[in-house]
Amino acid sequence: MKVQRFLARDRFPSLLERLEEAGYDVIGPQVRDHAIVFDTLPSVEALPRGVTDEQGPGHYRLAASHSGRYFDWANGPQALKPLTFVPRETLWTSKTRDDGTLVFREQPPEARPTAVIGVRACDLAALAIHDRHFLHGAEPDPHYRARRENLFLVAVNCSRSAATCFCTATGDGPRVRHGHDLALGELDDGFVVEAHTDRGRELLATLDTTEVTAEALDEVEAALERAAGQQHRRLPAGSLPDQLQAAVVHPHWQNLNDRCLTCGNCTAVCPTCFCQTHVDTLSLDGREAGHARQWETCFSPDHSYIHGTIIRAERPQRYRQWLTHKFGTWVEQFGRSGCVGCGRCIAWCPVGIDVTEELAALCQAPAPAPGQTPERAPSRAGDSATGDIPGRQEAGDD
Amino acid sequence: MTSALLPHEAVVVDRKDETPEMFSLRLRFTDPEVQAGYRFSLGQFNMLCLPGMGEVPISIVSDPEDRQTIDHTIRQVGSLTRNLGRLEIGDRLGLRGPYGRGWPAASAEGTDLVIVTGGLGCAPAVSLIEFALRRRSRYGRLHIVQGVKHAHDLIWRERYDAWRQHPDVEVYLTADTGDTLWPWHLGPVTQFFDRIDIDPTRCSVFLCGPEGMMKAVIREMDRRRVPARRIWLSMERNMHCALGACGRCQLGAKFVCRDGPVFSWAELAPYLAHQGI
Repeated sequence: MKVQRFLARDRFPSLLERLEEAGYDVIGPQVRDHAIVFDTLPSVEALPRGVTDEQGPGHYRLAASHSGRYFDWANGPQALKPLTFVPRETLWTSKTRDDGTLVFREQPPEARPTAVIGVRACDLAALAIHDRHFLHGAEPDPHYRARRENLFLVAVNCSRSAATCFCTATGDGPRVRHGHDLALGELDDGFVVEAHTDRGRELLATLDTTEVTAEALDEVEAALERAAGQQHRRLPAGSLPDQLQAAVVHPHWQNLNDRCLTCGNCTAVCPTCFCQTHVDTLSLDGREAGHARQWETCFSPDHSYIHGTIIRAERPQRYRQWLTHKFGTWVEQFGRSGCVGCGRCIAWCPVGIDVTEELAALCQAPAPAPGQTPERAPSRAGDSATGDIPGRQEAGDD
Repeated sequence: MTSALLPHEAVVVDRKDETPEMFSLRLRFTDPEVQAGYRFSLGQFNMLCLPGMGEVPISIVSDPEDRQTIDHTIRQVGSLTRNLGRLEIGDRLGLRGPYGRGWPAASAEGTDLVIVTGGLGCAPAVSLIEFALRRRSRYGRLHIVQGVKHAHDLIWRERYDAWRQHPDVEVYLTADTGDTLWPWHLGPVTQFFDRIDIDPTRCSVFLCGPEGMMKAVIREMDRRRVPARRIWLSMERNMHCALGACGRCQLGAKFVCRDGPVFSWAELAPYLAHQGI
């Protein structure tokens, strides 16, 4: 049963108070270093009130929104990813005893009940993708699970889109549909609060709310429609996995090579990128060791390094890996695309590479331009363009 | 909930230097319960761990029916494998596994086996050959083709001699560069396929080694009308977790650690047709 109530703006602090009373650490958006980031929220005063964002390819700026609203912006560089799949965490430790025997011990995650205020529809879609990756495989990840199960999510229906947003094209927004406990629709005088889970309903019942008016609901709907209407970026029609498979050899990869710095910003801000590197640490006396995982980017040469060889040695091969994984092979792996249309990779790319434009170019049949591809086109299946990657010829190769 | 990434302690119960660069370790989990519960299938791999140094995926070469110990043959290619090479009998290390999908030993029953390897001591192929020879009646003829870059790279000469002694087993050895004591062939592994009587309707082709070599063999098999689903490749990629989680070993839509490391050519052809996938 859908429960919707109206929470007046001056009662909004009680949402934080009730969450804190329920034992949650409350995380919320706030302005830091000229960007909106998620961090511990001491009070509603810390929310980005009267602030909006201007985003474009390689562009993110905050500006005055000339309104008293808290959520009059689209998104910052973070989604929920740093809270669930943390940038670096120790998975286990080991100890070498005097007799040389080893003890391996799990390092339990430091997970506390955490409420996040200000979660967007695209963030929830990305969380569902990570749930599938980290929890619904053969070996569920206990570290991810501990953090995930401790989350209480207060989502916000978007009232405006940034120029980089394209969640309508991926089908993930701007309306909050699933995965949240409470959803807010912000109006000038308060919030339409909708409960989506039992604990959401319980929390909502403790707030000093009033009946929702039809006008308020209409206004939230209108804002959602306005936000959707502001989006102009699209994805190519038809099957992207098929089109990208057909574009494995395409002159546009060389065009990307001329722009992409392989910095990995796009993978850091992407809410669904999950690649990891596992690193080991050792105490000075050599007795105690730790094994941690941290975020890795497929744009690093090390990502595909294997004894003396870098599989994706060339820059366009690494961009191709990212793009064809996100929009192509991801579908076979997880049953949907890995993109939720948040547009972060566009805004935070230092050279303004726009995935929607790159996909449009790659999904067009290439104009014949020999010698401009990152690799020679194979003459037939099973034939290979060897020699374009240094070090590929190994012992016994013929 | 225990993390599948947590290694168990294992002990080196035997070790052997195969060449100056290669060695074999015989391991056993120190916890008898862990050892008793450990099962693997042909062509799977384990993650071997030296605390503070890291983990490395290594193919299992012992027989799946041997429940007492687990054998690995390892080539020293980096600091971790060099340090594994320094382990002595009684030394401890971390071990977790087994992982991946190995050789399709059951579906190959009743067929001739063509096993082609390139490079140094290809452990996955050795485990497959030993497995088939111990169950000789289940398989047809065995054609073992081994190519090395230089004559002095060939290890396990005595093993090849022993394999030759079995009925209906043919061994072909070749080097890119020979020397005065190299009694076998020179040139690529593909030179032998005109002499091998390959029946495309009842053969299984197993490949292990550099991708260029494997693709050259596949071209020859394709000319002989061997179906892509009867050709199997053991792949290598960077792996950190072995659970299909870290993303490092992706090959197109496949996670090599979880969906492989053994794949049929039918599965890989769309990807391996191109470099840098």
